[in-house]
Amino acid sequence: MLNTSPVLEFKSSTFFAPILILCSHDLVAIEEALQEKIRLAPEFFRDSPLIIDFRELNKLHLDLDFAQIVQLLRRVGFFPVGIRGGNELQNKQARELWIPIDTVRELGGTITIGETAKPEPSQPAAPQPAAVAPREPQPSIAPPAAPAPATLITHPIRSGQRIYATGDLIIMSQVSAGAEIMAEGNIHVYNTLRGRALAGVHGNTDARIFCFDLQAELISIAGDYKTSEDLNKQKYTHPVQIYLQNHALIIKEIA
Amino acid sequence: MARIIVVTSGKGGVGKTTTSAAIAMGLAKKGHKTAVIDFDVGLRNLDLILGCERRVVYDFINVINGEASLNQALIRDKNCNQLYILPASQTRDKDALSLEGVGKVLDELSKDFDYIVCDSPAGIEKGANLAMYYADDAFVVTNPEISSVRDSDRMLGILSSKSRRAEKSEEPIKEYLLLTRYDADRVKSGEMLGLDDVQEILSLELLGIIPESKSVLSASNAGIPVILDEKSEAGQAYADVVDRYLGETRPHRFIDPKKGFLSRLFGGRK
Repeated sequence: MLNTSPVLEFKSSTFFAPILILCSHDLVAIEEALQEKIRLAPEFFRDSPLIIDFRELNKLHLDLDFAQIVQLLRRVGFFPVGIRGGNELQNKQARELWIPIDTVRELGGTITIGETAKPEPSQPAAPQPAAVAPREPQPSIAPPAAPAPATLITHPIRSGQRIYATGDLIIMSQVSAGAEIMAEGNIHVYNTLRGRALAGVHGNTDARIFCFDLQAELISIAGDYKTSEDLNKQKYTHPVQIYLQNHALIIKEIA
Repeated sequence: MARIIVVTSGKGGVGKTTTSAAIAMGLAKKGHKTAVIDFDVGLRNLDLILGCERRVVYDFINVINGEASLNQALIRDKNCNQLYILPASQTRDKDALSLEGVGKVLDELSKDFDYIVCDSPAGIEKGANLAMYYADDAFVVTNPEISSVRDSDRMLGILSSKSRRAEKSEEPIKEYLLLTRYDADRVKSGEMLGLDDVQEILSLELLGIIPESKSVLSASNAGIPVILDEKSEAGQAYADVVDRYLGETRPHRFIDPKKGFLSRLFGGRK
């Protein structure tokens, strides 16, 4: 019983996966269109996971056998990992093939939850991430997302407020205890940080947190976190930066 | 058009109703026609603090439901004829309030009042949300203790996001801090948060510090707003608050402990 290291560990992470929106039930036409797309970007599509979206198809009342489309996709080199918008029969077939149903959640642009603190009006709204493919008659897959613009906030983030930014998040005012700020990119707080700050929430391990006065309840980068219990062991008198090194959060004062 | 003030805090028992009664009376005494509305439906208190509980016939909910006209429900204060009280209903609950109903009453009051003071219930639920929704100014009443400060901070977040002004992207609600039940001696001995500690977290424009005072309780019991007790420190502090709100400059008082007889005699040596 000396060896107490855990057998496994669960971690939450987010991955990029293209969504295939089907608008026709003509399997021959679909295969031709897919081959054409792959020919244009073979590297991008090699062994790619894929989520199959049946909403358009079912709206048009076109019937398509799920097992057949999965077979086709595997043959041309995709790994179907999910179905959404399927009807009862398609979902049943998906379950038989161990493909998850409707588990794909979408994130909008800059999401603010609860009592939304609005980003500055001068900032352009972050564009929709490329998770949603444009609806063309041909099956199509969106190109990789362009980096989202930074979100700038100049007013205080009060207790109970949550801010979510698809890119970097820059806050000029204080972040109160009980507030939560999240960004897929870096977080900059040019004031006191007392709430929770989560950078790289989509798994970007290169994301960093910068703040003038670290008194946070929790800091996290790409899912690795420290709570105030650990943070308060040391008192920081200077602005700090926090980054990830071998799954360990490093807090360094910026001289 | 009337200016709508909400007196709010999140936490209960910090002095919202006392403050509402005091500042409404203060504004009325200065000659501004003022209405004060009790939003604490089901836990009616404002009428007690203002000493008009025996004259309540119709209430806020009756007006919202069209069972009484505004003129029937408004009670004119016996100390100041510029002050009117719209009491809450004791037999109903907050669900009787509706956004449209509250808006309609405030619109009607706005026509011939200068100021409307909304006495918010505690909490962040429907009553509190409706009390602050139409506000132009917010008086955030905070006690110098950590849970009150935290709740005020939460309330400030709600003020900046769930009000009419926020939803219409108009100029945000002007937020002011009112630090009540402040005991300078206990602050000095480190038992109580000081003004600086509170401001470090809230960073708001300070409208006034109301010292802990026995006169507040006796004024409440007597049904006379404490601002009318000009001898009491709390009464003076509230008078300063009203003056500052109306744009006058008044130095902040009651921040430091009162000097004892001996130190007054020999000067404040540190």
